[in-house]
Amino acid sequence: MLDQTALQRVARSVVARPSRGQAVVGVLLAVLGFAAAVQVSEVDSDDAYSGTRREDLVQLLQSLSVAQDRAAGRLADLEETRDALQLSTQQRQAALLESQERLDSLRLLSGQVAAVGPGVRITIDDPDGTVGAATLLNAVEELRDSGAEAIEVNDAARVVAQTWFGDGPDPADASLVVDSRTVSAPYVVEVIGDPATLAEATAFPGGLTDEAEALGGTVSVVTSDELRVESLAPARATSFAEPVT
Amino acid sequence: MIAVLGLLVGVLLGLFLEPSVPLALQPYLPIAVVAALDATFGALRALLDGIFDDRVFVISFVSNVLVAALIVYLGDQLGVGSQLSTGVVVVLGIRIFSNVAAIRRKLLHA
Repeated sequence: MLDQTALQRVARSVVARPSRGQAVVGVLLAVLGFAAAVQVSEVDSDDAYSGTRREDLVQLLQSLSVAQDRAAGRLADLEETRDALQLSTQQRQAALLESQERLDSLRLLSGQVAAVGPGVRITIDDPDGTVGAATLLNAVEELRDSGAEAIEVNDAARVVAQTWFGDGPDPADASLVVDSRTVSAPYVVEVIGDPATLAEATAFPGGLTDEAEALGGTVSVVTSDELRVESLAPARATSFAEPVT
Repeated sequence: MIAVLGLLVGVLLGLFLEPSVPLALQPYLPIAVVAALDATFGALRALLDGIFDDRVFVISFVSNVLVAALIVYLGDQLGVGSQLSTGVVVVLGIRIFSNVAAIRRKLLHA
């Protein structure tokens, strides 16, 4: 249902004899085609901002710099938070390390763990059963004064702050009671601490050696680079005292 | 015939030479192309109506392009370049649509 007259007009113009007017129209259309093709390839080839106006670019730049400022602000905030967290983590680790060290030394002092280290081994022989609890207690006090860190008697009884000494049930028998444990002569007292100081603590005039020999016993002191104190003190639960925080 | 040939030659030249648009012309070229398209569709409509005239086409073509470029230039000077070129494109687009609709009615009676 095409319009015949219109089509005929078009056909006539297409086959019409070339004239000056047609040439001008052709040139103009060539210019149009050229410009359109150039513009299309320009849009295709260049990046997105080449055809953008100056004020649009300025606006883009401004919004970008605002966004950058905001991002930098966030970055600073986050870095601050990170530093604070790292600091608190380091402090927590230091506190943890310190309390671990305190725990270790307290466990050693309270006899809850075995100990190893240099020290002296004191052997007190008592053939007549005359060396008593008082002598041993004096000796322990002297050793503590000299910096003893772990003491045990006969590999069986660990000596700690609450340890008590008593004479054995039979006075004639060469035995003592240390924290409810009965130990028999010869008493072997192993002490961890500075060996020279500890040896000195037993040998001074009126000290353990003199006292025991006056009672009829013999004392020999051997220093050692590595002693093991492996017996443990009984754990005591506190009923009244509570730590002050 | 010459018109169609000219259009083809222009497109091919533009595609193969790929010249870069001078910076000063960059804002005006797309608007000018749209204005020229408007003039061309108007000319096609006139041809179908049997009232086509070379002189009228040439004048309308050139003046369309110049006026469009002038409006964009004025907009740039006034600081509303992007808005004004959008407006020009909208107006020319409406004209192109109405011309194409007239051509369609003429050819297909629909």
